[in-house]
This record gives sequence, structure tokens and C-alpha cells, in this order.
Amino acid sequence: MIWNPHYECMDREEMRAVQSKRLCDTVDRVYHNVPFYRNKMQQLGLEPGDIKSIDDISKLPFTTKQDLRDNYPFGLFAVPKSEIVRVHASSGTTGKPTVVGYSRKDIGIFSEVVARSLYAAGASRDDIIQVAYGYGLFTGGLGLHYGAEKIGATVIPISGGNTQKQLQLMQDFESTVIACTPSYALYLAEAMDESGISPDSLSLKIGVFGAEPWTEEMRHKIEKNLNIKAYDIYGLSEIMGPGVANDCIYQNGLHIWEDHFIPEIISPDTLTPLEQGQIGELVFTTITKEALPLLRYRTRDLTRLNYDKCQCGRTAVRMEKCTGRSDDMIIIRGVNVFPSQVESVLLEIGETKPHYLLIVERENSLDTLEIWVEVDDYYFSDEIGKLEGLTKKIKHAVESTLGISVKIKLVEPKTIQRSEGKAKRVIDKRNI
Amino acid sequence: MIIQQLSVFLENRSGRLTEVTEILANNKINISALSIAETADYGVLRMIVDNPEKAIQALKKNDLSVHKTDVIAIITPDTPGALHQVIKHLSEEDINVAYMYGYSHENKASIIMKVNEPNKAIRILQDKKVELLSAGNFYEV
Repeated sequence: MIWNPHYECMDREEMRAVQSKRLCDTVDRVYHNVPFYRNKMQQLGLEPGDIKSIDDISKLPFTTKQDLRDNYPFGLFAVPKSEIVRVHASSGTTGKPTVVGYSRKDIGIFSEVVARSLYAAGASRDDIIQVAYGYGLFTGGLGLHYGAEKIGATVIPISGGNTQKQLQLMQDFESTVIACTPSYALYLAEAMDESGISPDSLSLKIGVFGAEPWTEEMRHKIEKNLNIKAYDIYGLSEIMGPGVANDCIYQNGLHIWEDHFIPEIISPDTLTPLEQGQIGELVFTTITKEALPLLRYRTRDLTRLNYDKCQCGRTAVRMEKCTGRSDDMIIIRGVNVFPSQVESVLLEIGETKPHYLLIVERENSLDTLEIWVEVDDYYFSDEIGKLEGLTKKIKHAVESTLGISVKIKLVEPKTIQRSEGKAKRVIDKRNI
Repeated sequence: MIIQQLSVFLENRSGRLTEVTEILANNKINISALSIAETADYGVLRMIVDNPEKAIQALKKNDLSVHKTDVIAIITPDTPGALHQVIKHLSEEDINVAYMYGYSHENKASIIMKVNEPNKAIRILQDKKVELLSAGNFYEV
């Protein structure tokens, strides 16, 4: 079923006309309401009138995560604070979180795109949706919640974790849809197995999984272990949250709700747009958001776009499942981690060499992070107590910066491979 | 009376100790005393050798983390309560022992100690007529 056939199945020329109109309005609005964008456009010698249609989009300046940090917390908002009805914040960034805001209309659009996403995955008002994403500053829980209510489904707002309770409610309430991270879905499958619950005894039929990258292989595994269909929901809080794009039942690319978010694919090196069908960095311009409109936001996710009409009837452009990044960010248990964050912590403590290696593994479907740190001759102690103290100190500092638990392992000098160019900082042993 | 002990950081992996003993053997370095403190991930090898400077050079050349640590060495009779007397003297003067290792042989025990204030410990033990070894007993000074 299609939630909004008018926009989801719109003819390409008509869609371009809608996008052009909304893009011009957005540019006009940010120019007049957001000093950051006015300065950027003036530096490029651009005036709102220079943007006449979607064809002019590549003239516009880019926006990066750093820009959001530099304008922490509300510097990029385009409406007065009295218009903001909700804020969310992203986890795991250096120092300050990335803050995003929503007007009442934005929350309506957020619900709309999640409603489209749930419909695309085959859910409807007849479903009982167990939202096992975290509720709180993270956009996952509340985002799915509002969309699920919008389609008239029954929502179980259980939030993340508490696995035994998840299983109990899944059985007692006969949940038909589960929304969580793909790694948690696999963890649930294992927990079911241990508790002797057969997936066939459950009513579960659909999974809507996102907030971390996952492969087709992982999809097959989840579908087999839980006996459901597993759909990818894509999103990022800067653009809206989950529901920027979603698989349809044909699982052949995620439909982007492009009457709200214009996608582009650029070369991360030259920053120029790439030809249709080429793999590059995904960039989004929001064209309906009021509180935090963003021009050409660089997602750092690598993918390609397919403009062919889908078997499902939708014309909405499809993006391939993202599995790569144009930066070195890794996502661990839904939290964004940059190796450079670990580096700054080590340099701040200054009692080890600044050589480190992040080892990411998946144990029992949960991601673990081990950080190897080389001991420094000067600070190396013959007393175990002091070395353990140093390990604890690093562990505490890294955990409070990253927001996830880590294991610190001290290693001998020169153990970590040196390289001439870009140092290898991460070994990701998860098969994603 | 202060003796220089070498402390070497070692990862817990098979063959690592052999690599260190091989480096020392190839450089004709003799080990007089040795102990290992271990954790799950790594260990600290502590030893007294007959040529500390040469040993440090050789180990560092092989990318090992080596640290010089001041320790003291005492000789006690190999009788019940002999060690107790020594520790008691130190504890009465607020000296803390970080770690120690030793053995007894031919009616005498040799004990190596890392304490928080080695010079003060030496004065106390000399006052109490405890026999101390000097660096010269282990290597050329």
C-alpha cells in the first residue's frame, strides 16, 4: 500500500516543478533568517534570485556536521525559539552534541515521512508496532512512534533494551512489526532461541531496521532467524530522523521522500555532482523544514541513485543500501564514533603514545569496541597498579567522550602498524 | 645501596618472553634476579642484570618498553620471622612496599624490594643492622 500516492508516484517533471518551487522558497527563507547561510551565499556572490529551479542547486553552498557544531546549539535555526516544539540531539560527537529542532509543522512532516516508510514496508492500521528504538534525545523512538500513530497502528512504546520484556510483550500483545537497530534484531533472535521461543509461534511479520549500516547478508540472516521481512529505514537527525527513505516490499533500493528532501550524489573529493548511477557521497537539501532547513548537507554516506520507476508503482527515486562512508566514522550500537575523538582524548591525557587502534567486533549480535593504546617509555610503570590506573583513566575519559563502553588494552610500542599516508585506525571485524 | 632493576612491558602472547631472553642471551647479558607480574592483557618483567645499560640499549633497539626502577636488596637469615622483622622496621617508619621477590639458599634469603622511599628505607635498615646488598654485587658501577 502507498500512503501518499500523489507525491510518491508523481511524474518526474511534476516532481521537479514541486522541488524547484520549494527549493526557491527555502533558499529565500534561509537567506533572510539564518546569518550563517546569508554569509555563505554572499561569499559565493549568490542572491536568492539566482536560484530559479532545481537545476541551480549545485550553485548553493554545502553544510557539514562541523557547521552544526560551530553553531551549537540553536545557531542555524530559521524560526524564533517560540516556534520550536521539540529538540533532538545526536550522540557521540566530540564535545558538544549536534542539536536539531522541529516546528509543529516539521513534526507533522516527520510523522508523514515515517508513515510513508511504514506503509512502504507493508505496515498499516491493522498492525501492532513495537518501537524498540531508544526514546529520548535520539530521533529513533519518537520518530517511529509518531509515524506509527499517524497510520493508525497500535504503538507499543517499549523503547530500547530490556530484552526479556521485549519478548514477553511480543508474545502477549502479539506484535506484528518490530522497529529497532538491525543488530538488536539479531540479538532478539538469539534471546528467543535461548528462551525456547520459536519465531513461528509469534505474530511478528515485519521488521523496520535502521540507525546503523547493515548488508544484504545481514538482512537474510534476520529474515531467516526471526521469520519476518526485514526493511531498511534510512535517516539522519540533521535532515529529519529515520524515514528520509525506506525500502518498499521489493527491497530493491530505498525510496527517498523527495518532495521533502532533494538528494544529490557528489564526489567527496572534488565536491562536484556525479553522473546519474555513479556511487558517491549522498547530499540532502531539505525543502519543507521550517526550524532547521539545511542546504546541501553532506551525509558522508556513500550510495547511488536510481530514478527508474519501481515495481511497487512509486516513482520516488531509490538509493542503494548504504554500506560505506566518505569519512572514517563508524557506527557502534547506533552511536557515531570518529577515531579522531579517541585521539584527542589520548593526547589530552598525554601518558601514552598517540598511536591507537579501534577494534570493532560483534559478540552475540552486540557491537564491542576495544581500543589498543601503545605504552609510553616515559610513563610506563613497573607497578601493575599504576598501569591499571592508567587504563582506567583512559577508559573513563574515552567512555565519557564517546558515550559507549569500551575496553582499553595497553600494547607494546610499535605494535600498531604505522603507515606513510592515512593511518589505519579501525579494524572492523563485523560483517556489515 | 640502591640497585637498578629493569622493568619491561610485555604483552601476554606466546613466545614473547622467549624473545626477550633471546635478546639478552645474544648480548651476553646475565640475569641475577627476575620476576613477572601479570594481568590478563600484559605483564611486567622485572629483572636485575649484570649490565643494565647494555641491556636497555638492546631491548629498546627491539622496540620494547624498558624502565629503570630503583630497588633495594636485603639478605636475611633463612629462619622463621626474619623477614617479618625487616618488614616491621619499615612499616613502623611508614615505608610502603610496592612489591618484592626473593628466594632462600644455603641458610640465607635474598629479597628484592620496591619501596616508596628507598633512601630512607636504606637508612632505617642500616640502623637496624640488616644486611643490604649494593649495586656492585650485581653489576659494575
